[in-house]
Amino acid sequence: MSLTAAIFLPVLGAVVLGLIPRSQEKLLKAVALLVTLATAGVGAYLLANFDYGDSERLQFAADHRWIDVINSRYHIGIDGISLPLLILSMVITVLCVIYSWDHFPEPHNPKAFLILMLVLETGMNGTFAAQDLILFFVFFELVLLPMYFMIGVWGGPNRQYAAIKFFLYTLFGSALMILSFLALYFKGGETFDIPELISQSGAIAHGTQLLIFGGLFMGFAIKVPMFPFHTWLPDAHTEAPTVGSVILAAVLLKLGTYGFIRIAIPILPEAAISWAPWIGGLAVIGIIYGALGSLAQKDMKRLIAFSSVAHMGFVMLGIATLTDFGINAAVFGMVAHGLITGMLFFVAGSIQERFGTRELSRLGGLLIQAPRLGWVLGFCAFASLGLPGLAGFWGEFPAILAAYNPAEGLSEELFRGYMVVAAIGTVFAAGYLLWMLQRVAFGTAKEEFEHSHIHDIHGPEYLAWTPLLLAIVVFGIFPHLIFDITDGAVQLVARGVDALPVAAGR
Amino acid sequence: MLAQAAPASQGGFQVPYLDYHALAPEIILTAVIVAVLLADLFLEERRKWVLSTVASFGLLAAFVPILTLALSGDDTRSMVGGAYVVDNFALVFKALFIVVGYVVLLMSTNYIEEGDYYQGEYYFLLLCSILGMVVMASARDLISIFVALETLSIPAYMLAGWRKRDLKSNEASLKYYLLGVLASAVMLYGMSLIYGYTGSTVLARIGAQMEGSITAQPLVTLSIMFIVVGFAFKVSAVPFHAWAPDTYEGAPTPVTAFLSVASKTGGFVALLQLIFVGFLGRDDVWAPMFGVLAALTMTVGNLIALRQTNIVRMLAYSSIAQAGYILVPFAVAGTSAEAARSAFTASVVYLLVYAAMNLGAFAVVIAVARKTRSGEISSYGGLFEYAPGMAVLMTVFLFSLAGIPPLAGAWAKIFVFRSVLDAGTTWAVVLGVIAAVNSVIALFYYSSIARQMWMSPVPDGDRTPLRVPAPLVAALGITVAVTVVVGVYPQLFARFGDLASLVP
Repeated sequence: MSLTAAIFLPVLGAVVLGLIPRSQEKLLKAVALLVTLATAGVGAYLLANFDYGDSERLQFAADHRWIDVINSRYHIGIDGISLPLLILSMVITVLCVIYSWDHFPEPHNPKAFLILMLVLETGMNGTFAAQDLILFFVFFELVLLPMYFMIGVWGGPNRQYAAIKFFLYTLFGSALMILSFLALYFKGGETFDIPELISQSGAIAHGTQLLIFGGLFMGFAIKVPMFPFHTWLPDAHTEAPTVGSVILAAVLLKLGTYGFIRIAIPILPEAAISWAPWIGGLAVIGIIYGALGSLAQKDMKRLIAFSSVAHMGFVMLGIATLTDFGINAAVFGMVAHGLITGMLFFVAGSIQERFGTRELSRLGGLLIQAPRLGWVLGFCAFASLGLPGLAGFWGEFPAILAAYNPAEGLSEELFRGYMVVAAIGTVFAAGYLLWMLQRVAFGTAKEEFEHSHIHDIHGPEYLAWTPLLLAIVVFGIFPHLIFDITDGAVQLVARGVDALPVAAGR
Repeated sequence: MLAQAAPASQGGFQVPYLDYHALAPEIILTAVIVAVLLADLFLEERRKWVLSTVASFGLLAAFVPILTLALSGDDTRSMVGGAYVVDNFALVFKALFIVVGYVVLLMSTNYIEEGDYYQGEYYFLLLCSILGMVVMASARDLISIFVALETLSIPAYMLAGWRKRDLKSNEASLKYYLLGVLASAVMLYGMSLIYGYTGSTVLARIGAQMEGSITAQPLVTLSIMFIVVGFAFKVSAVPFHAWAPDTYEGAPTPVTAFLSVASKTGGFVALLQLIFVGFLGRDDVWAPMFGVLAALTMTVGNLIALRQTNIVRMLAYSSIAQAGYILVPFAVAGTSAEAARSAFTASVVYLLVYAAMNLGAFAVVIAVARKTRSGEISSYGGLFEYAPGMAVLMTVFLFSLAGIPPLAGAWAKIFVFRSVLDAGTTWAVVLGVIAAVNSVIALFYYSSIARQMWMSPVPDGDRTPLRVPAPLVAALGITVAVTVVVGVYPQLFARFGDLASLVP
């Protein structure tokens, strides 16, 4: 019941907002904030009552009839992998409502904007809780429309192109994904239930498994996005309003990686072993390509977007190792990337708002004009490049380490090669992030902004950012806070791979 | 001669058994049609609006016996030697046709009243066409199918030319008529051959013989092909679609909505009965035909829709493409009994969902055209600013047509995909992938309207709000409720697919 509330409270809130007239802006904002806070309150309840000793078990589960004809059920539940991501999604939404408090992007209209944000939250929370493939699919798709409108209506000058590109790419992936889901249904005992499919998937012939995994891969890899399916991401990020970018980076990208861990690998472990070298290969290409791409950018948001491609490369590398170590790192990496890159997009948005531009060549001397904002940017840059002691480190470093010793059945030589490439990628990461920091924060202001008055961080920004900044430090110092939650559930996934005859035969 | 034709054992003519409860919807409709025609004679011009009220209450009255029949628990009522059957399938589609007819009435009321049109004849013809459809849902005999088809088509030919001083409307009517008659002729020729070989016009008996020796006859193969081609015209499948865009654009918009939903569904209902009852044994003939038709219809419909600038033409091509998705299950129905059941469910669910979302889209088009007086897609610019409710509704319908969950259209597509994978053959899966790619192409033009409404400025700067008359609001309410409720709880429609199955 509590989990159902966590999913549907936001959309109920959206309905309520729909009934409030557009002119009552204060009321609209207050209701939206209240709803997201209430949802986060449910999240706090889930956190408090989660049985951490038994994190591989599905908790707060509910299982009701839904579509009998195709034997699809309303089955939800969370384990140690879903919990951190669900909480992340709830927290980010609250902070986004706070951040946009008094700067709604043009063409303003807070009512529509907040409704979309709440619908988005239902989609995200639902995806992390769904335990039925059809239910998962519905929530997975539910995030598309609000994000499409967020980018298309409130975005930058090239917004229409970016919005439709985002939509078409993702829809293409999910069309193939739903075909794979249906194939799983027919080959896996006429059920869409994820736990049930996991328990009886071994029966599917290897060739069929490979094909089905291919369809799932397209759906999830586009969402992550992995090289070479990433091209929608820089456009979407650059054009999206600040809050859209933050949600996109912090939560939406995770839907893809989460899909791999929740669905593709546990249900089709055999195919996962065959696909893993390719996934790992694309992941490290993504790491290097994203880093080089970042170095070539002139626009701050676009730079951060490319850095996302690189960071998600680390996450995917961790997943591709198919070991408990790697997948734990991946889940941590997902949360860390959500916090850090979300923060970076917040800062980029605030800079854009103050200077009216994000062009790196026109910015400079932020530390002089708005020292606090400058320091926050510096802090996030360091967190993003994986400085030990901050959250980013625990996503990257263990993922690289895991590649040293991939799961049984995978080529050690190959993955060690990947490890070396990924390690080089971290150097690039330091390169582009520090370079960005130098150009934006150091030196003196460019002539055109020399005399303009630049506000330092103000109220809503403090409120929205402090929790994220604290979380980056806390998880950096106490990474076990997350690892302890995820480990049990991750072990279960990794055991599924280890138990295979291909793996055990070596 | 006569004595020879009559079966000797029965000794002369027997009065056929008629179940008046089962025929009640048709009887009520006929009575209403007569009432409308007579009332039109005696009403003064300014009181003609009464006719639409009579017609809509008549339709609601015809709905009542459908409910009582559904609740009576008596599964199948067969009449005239199996030529006319009232079963779950018939009831589901009779209900659909009557509801669709009702919504179209709601959409037409103001349109017809405000324009320079003959009101009485309009409602008379509309009801006649609906009667033909209601009969079609029960027709399990070649002759009754043909009679039903003509009853639903002939009034539609006239309705298409309703704006009689408009050249485009004349063209619409004439094209529709000529191609419709051609299709009927081709189909009728096929039917006559089938009768010649099987000695029966009743589908169930034809179906029983399709397993036997006559299957080897090349003319039987040819006649099945003729019948399929005839209906391909009716449901505007590519390459027999050429009439549709011109007819849709020229006809009055409520009539276009009626043609693209009700008339098309009528064709599909006939096809479902013919294929699943009559010709199920000959999937070697029709399965490849439907495969090719489906692939072409989806792809060509969508690709041409991409280039349209007029919203009605775009919706016309979109409805061609939608027919392609409905044809996909037909192509895979022959592989096994299970695949046939799954294909049948998919087609039925798709038809039900398609009716709601497509009518809704047309209702918005009518509502918006009341202000803009234009059918150009560019005239939708900034709709969200001055009519946010209308923009949201249109967005719901368009994205439902595109198949985005959690809207009803997504389930229609998922059921089609399911039937494809249930068949499991390589060709079936190829067809499924073609359908999947097509749904991405389709999204592009559906979203281009959404883009206009939400992201573009108002073209002429006129931001006066839209005034939508109550009947239109009701039509929008019904269609959006179905689209969203079925989207969240698809079981509501999905069970009809199983319940109504004609597959043994």
